[in-house]
Amino acid sequence: MANSNRIIIEAGRTELHYWKDLWRYRELFYFLSWRDILVRYKQTAVGIAWALLRPFLTMVVFTVVFSKLAKLPSEGNAPYPVMVFAAMLPWQFFANSLAEASNSLVGNANLISKIYFPRLIIPASSVITSFVDFVISGLILLSLMIWYQFVPGWRIVTLPFFICIAFAASMGIGLWLTALNVKYRDFRYIVPFIVQFGLYISPVGFSSSIVPDKWRLLYSLNPMVGVIDGFRWAILGQESKIFLPGFIISMIIVAIFLVTGILYFRKTEKTFADVI
Amino acid sequence: MSDTVIKVDNLSKKYVIRHEQRERYTALRDVMTRGVKNFGKRLLAPFTPDSSPFTASQEDFWALKDVSFEIKQGDRVGIIGRNGAGKSTLLKLLSRITEPTTGRIEITGRVASLLEVGTGFHPELTGRENIYLNGAILGMARAEIKKKFDEIVAFAEIEKFLDTPVKRYSSGMYVRLAFAVAAHLEPEILIVDEVLAVGDAQFQKKCLGKMEEVSRNWGKTLLFVSHNLNAINALCSSAKLLENGVMKYQGHVSSAIEKYLITHSSNEKNISQYRLTKVLEDVYFESIEMVSANNRLFYNDDVKFKLTIASKRAVKKLSIGGTIFNSMGTPIGAFVSNEIDIEKNDLKKVVLGIADTKLSPGSYYMGFSIGRGDFRNTSRTDYDIVIGTPGFEILSYNDKESIGVWNIEWGNIIYDAYLTEN
Repeated sequence: MANSNRIIIEAGRTELHYWKDLWRYRELFYFLSWRDILVRYKQTAVGIAWALLRPFLTMVVFTVVFSKLAKLPSEGNAPYPVMVFAAMLPWQFFANSLAEASNSLVGNANLISKIYFPRLIIPASSVITSFVDFVISGLILLSLMIWYQFVPGWRIVTLPFFICIAFAASMGIGLWLTALNVKYRDFRYIVPFIVQFGLYISPVGFSSSIVPDKWRLLYSLNPMVGVIDGFRWAILGQESKIFLPGFIISMIIVAIFLVTGILYFRKTEKTFADVI
Repeated sequence: MSDTVIKVDNLSKKYVIRHEQRERYTALRDVMTRGVKNFGKRLLAPFTPDSSPFTASQEDFWALKDVSFEIKQGDRVGIIGRNGAGKSTLLKLLSRITEPTTGRIEITGRVASLLEVGTGFHPELTGRENIYLNGAILGMARAEIKKKFDEIVAFAEIEKFLDTPVKRYSSGMYVRLAFAVAAHLEPEILIVDEVLAVGDAQFQKKCLGKMEEVSRNWGKTLLFVSHNLNAINALCSSAKLLENGVMKYQGHVSSAIEKYLITHSSNEKNISQYRLTKVLEDVYFESIEMVSANNRLFYNDDVKFKLTIASKRAVKKLSIGGTIFNSMGTPIGAFVSNEIDIEKNDLKKVVLGIADTKLSPGSYYMGFSIGRGDFRNTSRTDYDIVIGTPGFEILSYNDKESIGVWNIEWGNIIYDAYLTEN
């Protein structure tokens, strides 16, 4: 028994048992996520209302601006609000994850300087918290679909796959921002900008089919384009078409961000306790 | 029972101090402006050697240097040393919070470190929720917390407020709850930093007792850092003395404390840095020293000082006033000596004793004045005032006896009390 618990601490040694540690500290992971969610919904009415109201109002504004004023087309016969909301879901998840994750380590500085655990747990638990918001605002989409009597096709069963991609995109870019935010503390001013800017260069308020064909590959370099197109493809059913080359490019970008994000985070992680 | 559970080999930790930076963290803004500046410099003077500000004013600081030791199962080890001696760095390395620069640590067994009370407590959450959260942070499994939940609540004495957010707790309740969770940790190795400095006296004693029980009865290994030498003495079976990142001594608790105190409160030969005023330059203290060895006294020993007074003229009816300060700088009490006369150009050596101080165990320092007149009327004139030296330590034990653990929260004086039947 004694041998199974032997730990050796040396410079550079953490690399070896990192993933094992991640598993060992799964309970802490659970509790930290639980804490974040609990704190977020502590004042229940306000917490849940916030998660519902924000995407809903944005959806209303987008529908008015892009559909009624700019007269942009929807995808096939799908009602414009449903189309907007199908994109709003992953976008809000992504945006919240970035905002929460990037501040998570600095916000938990006291934990980091006082106890050991794989630091990856902290931004990951922020992403999980944002996912709870995602599930709650999913209820709005459900109500919208009932309101418009819109029945999704068989493709809806592929939605979990696209949710996983949204997770990967949020984690990848979130980890980059988290690590950079510890190192360069003024990064926190850049994150809201990325989120705001991203909302306009991602096809949230409009369909990506209105982007001219020759630009679509370039447009797909934005990883959220693939995620959003995937969500629409799965939710809107027959009416939505996916631009496969663009989707693949988006997926590759997501994968690159995830892998490099983890690597960069791991590389800087060791010094967090010293600089935070 | 004598298995080695912690083995440390040549452990060192280096921090790089950057002098140009005030903040601990970097701002991207600064990095960019620095980059532009350097680029500009290079454009203007391309052939001067590289003068990057990163290398210009870096300094290595070794918080720990080549520290090696072994700790066996069931040892209760106290770590003492001044501020900045490397105690906290050592605990941080053992708890894996930071990585060593060189060297190796081998730990066998489950470690729990308590470097701060209430780490991760969230003010919005209730007492119940925080118990689970804090338990998980300290490394307890959920089942384990559940099993001990009632015990923790009873220990903290917060039954009534279990479902109140801790932001509404009094600071005492907060600390009690935090301690209670920590006290019920059952790791094989417990690492405790200076956490007993907070909380009320009763509860501190309860915690010390609990820690002792855990380590003594169940053979758990304990590493304990404290400035409270009495707690170290009461709790630990051996001690290590760190000084400037180097292991100065390891072995018996009493010897370690002795060595620590020698470095801590030696007789200061040069008293001029403690001199407050020198109203008249012709009568002054030449030196002030303690009579007892190493400036350590057992409780209620007479406190004696050897003073040398210099004078350039003959003065009659001189008296010496003194104040005892505790380690927090609070005056504890004062006295004025009987009067003496001094000749012109004389060096007068006197011994000044204070009987029945009833000072509780702890650190103290002195302030002296020499002048004429009594403090009971306002006519006293001080010629010289020296505050801050010598410092001395009152111990709760000597070779023969011990008065037990004295908690500093109880005050600085131990009274003799008596009861009579009415």
